[in-house]
Amino acid sequence: MEQDDLQRLFDSKIEQEIRIEPKDWMPEAYRKTNLRQISQHAHSEIVGMLPEANWITRAPSLRRKVALLAKVQDEAGHGLYLYSAAETLGTSRDEMMDDLNSGKAKYSSIFNYPTLNWADIGAIGWLVDGAAITNQVALCRTSYGPYARAMVRICKEESFHQRQGYEIMMSMAFGTPEQKQMAQDALNRWWWPALMMFGPNDSESVHSQQSLDWKIKRVSNDDLRQEFVDKSIPQVEYLGLTLPDAELKWNEERGHYDFGPIDWEEFYRVVSGNGPCNKERLEARNKAHNDGAWVREAALAFAEKRQINVA
Amino acid sequence: MNSKNWPLFEVFIRSKNGLSHKHVGSLHAADPSMALENARDVYCRRNEGVSIWVVPSDSITASDPGDAEELYEPAKDKIYRHPTFYTIPDEIGHM
Repeated sequence: MEQDDLQRLFDSKIEQEIRIEPKDWMPEAYRKTNLRQISQHAHSEIVGMLPEANWITRAPSLRRKVALLAKVQDEAGHGLYLYSAAETLGTSRDEMMDDLNSGKAKYSSIFNYPTLNWADIGAIGWLVDGAAITNQVALCRTSYGPYARAMVRICKEESFHQRQGYEIMMSMAFGTPEQKQMAQDALNRWWWPALMMFGPNDSESVHSQQSLDWKIKRVSNDDLRQEFVDKSIPQVEYLGLTLPDAELKWNEERGHYDFGPIDWEEFYRVVSGNGPCNKERLEARNKAHNDGAWVREAALAFAEKRQINVA
Repeated sequence: MNSKNWPLFEVFIRSKNGLSHKHVGSLHAADPSMALENARDVYCRRNEGVSIWVVPSDSITASDPGDAEELYEPAKDKIYRHPTFYTIPDEIGHM
């Protein structure tokens, strides 16, 4: 088929909501955009394990510990589903690992904030996973088949993540005055970074319109952010906590909550590598990767030896 | 240092007896037995299956989407292969 025909066939599939599959022809820019987004998403799952793993050994009860362990293990799994999806676009796992470990690839900047105390684990599950779910539910209808299927699987598993986080927030908000204060403090610190997770405002977002046209993205950054704010407010009220936003109020006319401006300078500072924990996260990733090198090599040597014995 | 990638395996899971194995995704492992163990951890954390198959990805031969016409078009004009092609009177009940 001629290039024009291939392009027309691709466009009509997008138009008709037919998923694009790995062996189908796709524009190079579509392939690259998906590859960037899926691999960044995978990296976020992997780096996202670090702030939470920080509290596994100090979880306040066995119930909390098994939940947190299971959650962190899920994040590893989610990273693997997404790396597999990215590999169908013609990159290798090693290349992606190298890009993450060298600092070339980006991951969600939320994971460059520290987890200072146990309440942060509640706030992360509730708000960070909550924001991620809002984004990921929309991505279940993304146009690239392997990405959409990974999202469906991930969304099924994420629901427990948010609920366990909210349960932690409840036990602290309804606990002693000191515990309630810790919950409020965690909410204050995580609220704005959680809103930043949806990315720049639509007016500032460079790739947004093309991604929406290709149906890689199904809902705009600002619309997803608004949805998350609207959903979160009753949850904050139930806890008897307050959001760190003086401008927050219900807008009868819009049927949505209005909220204050986001500090985008902070966002870009963290994205560009100068957040509180960027360096620490990359060091931890590199250490894990390097410390595990002998295991990967030994497993391969063992597999080869067994192959020879069989033959 | 050995920079060789672990090979890729495709994972198929039977969710319960009576259903066929279904493709769920892929993973890297040094060999098939490790692929099985990893598939258990990656794809079966919540009772998703009762049986796992792992197949080296390079053992799979896939059809080319460009051949869709010659592969699938001929079936489209053979409407006589479908029951609705044949007219049967209502009186005789379901057939």
